[in-house]
Amino acid sequence: MVMRIGILALQGAVREHLKLVEACGHEALPIKRVDELEQIDGLILPGGESTAMRRLMDRYGFTEALRASDLPMFGTCAGLILLAENVVGLEEGHLGKLNITVERNSFGRQIDSFEAELDVEGIDEKATAIFIRAPHIVSADTGAEVLSWVDDKIVAVRSDRHLGISFHPELTDSTVFHQFFIDMVQKYAEAGFSVGT
Amino acid sequence: MQQTGTERVKRGMAEMQKGGVIMDVVNAEQAKVAEAAGAVAVMALERVPSDIRAAGGVARACDPRIVEEVVSAVSIPVMAKCRIGHITEARVLESLGVDYIDESEVLTPADEVFHLKKDDYTVPFVCGCRNIGEAARRIGEGASMLRTKGEPGTGNIVEAVRHMRMVNQEVRQISVMSDDELMTEAKNQGAPYDVLQEIKRLGKLPVVNFAAGGVATPQDAALMMELGADGVFVGSGVFKSENPEKFAKAIVEATTHYQDYELIGRLAKELGSAMKGIDINQLSLEERMQERGW
Repeated sequence: MVMRIGILALQGAVREHLKLVEACGHEALPIKRVDELEQIDGLILPGGESTAMRRLMDRYGFTEALRASDLPMFGTCAGLILLAENVVGLEEGHLGKLNITVERNSFGRQIDSFEAELDVEGIDEKATAIFIRAPHIVSADTGAEVLSWVDDKIVAVRSDRHLGISFHPELTDSTVFHQFFIDMVQKYAEAGFSVGT
Repeated sequence: MQQTGTERVKRGMAEMQKGGVIMDVVNAEQAKVAEAAGAVAVMALERVPSDIRAAGGVARACDPRIVEEVVSAVSIPVMAKCRIGHITEARVLESLGVDYIDESEVLTPADEVFHLKKDDYTVPFVCGCRNIGEAARRIGEGASMLRTKGEPGTGNIVEAVRHMRMVNQEVRQISVMSDDELMTEAKNQGAPYDVLQEIKRLGKLPVVNFAAGGVATPQDAALMMELGADGVFVGSGVFKSENPEKFAKAIVEATTHYQDYELIGRLAKELGSAMKGIDINQLSLEERMQERGW
C-alpha cells in the first residue's frame, strides 16, 4: 500500500526528504498548514534550526496539533530535538513524543561537524551518517529503544511509532532510514490506527 | 572513522538553513532579538552595511570580541564576514569557532585578484554572486553556499532581483546545453567546466543560493523566495527599521509563507516604517559594493 508521508515544511531540508520518500515509492507531501496533517499517514520533522522551527510551529498551531496527534513521526537532527521529552537547557521539551533527553550542539560547532559510517540496529548495511551541529541523546528511558551510538553517545532511538536520529540521511542518496520509517508507518496503519483517509 | 570538513558536511550545513532568514547583528542584544524572532543564523559584524556606507574608510573583519559576545549569546549558528582574499582574517574567524564565513564584498577587498581558496578550510564559506560565472568560480574555489550580491545597505531590492533572475536564467540555459556548447559557455563565462557539468547534471546549483543585498520589508523577502531564493539574508533591514523586533518576526514569517499574501498583508500592516532606502542610480560605480569580487 502506498503511504502518504508529510514533511513539515516550515524551515530546513524539506526537498531532500521529499525526494527520498518518493525514491521509496511512496507519496511525499510538504506540510505548511495544520489542516494538511489530515491527509497523511506519517510525518517527517526535517533538519533545520530547532528554535526557528519551534517559533513557527507555535505561531501556526503545529505545536498543539502535533502534541495531540497519533501520527507516526520521524525526526532528523532538529526534528529529533522536537520529538524529545526533555531538552537540556530548556524547561520543557517541544513535542514530548520520545521518552528521551537530548542535548543540542553536543558534538561542538560547525567546524566539528563530521560524517561517519554507523552500525544501526535493524538496518543490515553500514549507514552513512552526516552530523551537522548535531544533538545527541543523553538518556533513553522506558519505551525508547537505542539503535545506534557514536563513541559513548546515543544517536538513534525508536519507540513503537516514533523514530529519532541525530544525523542527516537526507543529505545522502540512501533510502534505508526512510524505508525503515515507512515500514513503521505501514505497520501502524495496518493495525488500524491510521488517521489518514 | 569520523571525517570533518567534508563537502557534504559543509554544503549540508547551508541546506539546513533553507527557508530561513539570516540576520546581521552588531552585539549580543541584537543577536537575541534575531534568535527570538526565529532567525536560523546571525551574521556578527561591527557595522551593518548601511553604516559601513555612511562611515566610509576601510571596512575590515569585525573585532573578535563581538564574535565571542554573539557566539555566547545564542544557540543558533553564528556567521562572520572577512575581506575578499584576506587569508588571515578568515583563519582567525575559523579559530574563533564561527560556523560560517562570508567572504564578502561588503568589506573592503584585501586582494583585487584572488579570492580565498575556500576548500582548504574546515569551516564552510558563503560568497556573493551576480551571474553564473561568479557563482561557478566561487563554487570552484570551494564556497559551500551562495547568495546574490544585490546592493548592500541600500534597502533597495532591485539588484538582488536582477542577480537572482540572472543566475536562475543561466542555470536553466545550462541545463539544456549540449556538451560541446558547455565548453564554450565555460570559456565565455570564465567558469570552471566541471562546475558547469555538475549544474547541467543536477539542473540546479550544487549549493544553496540565498537572497541578499537590499531586503528591507517582508514583501521583499517573500519576493526573493518567489523568484527561487533558498532563503534570505537581511542586513540593515531589521535593525535600521522603526521596530526591529516586529520587522524581524514579520520577515521570518513572510519567508516561510511567501505565497500567503493575506498573511503577508497582515504582517506588513502594523510594522511602522522600513529603513530609509537609496536609489541605485544615485550610487556611482565606485560606491557599488557589487562591483567588488572577480
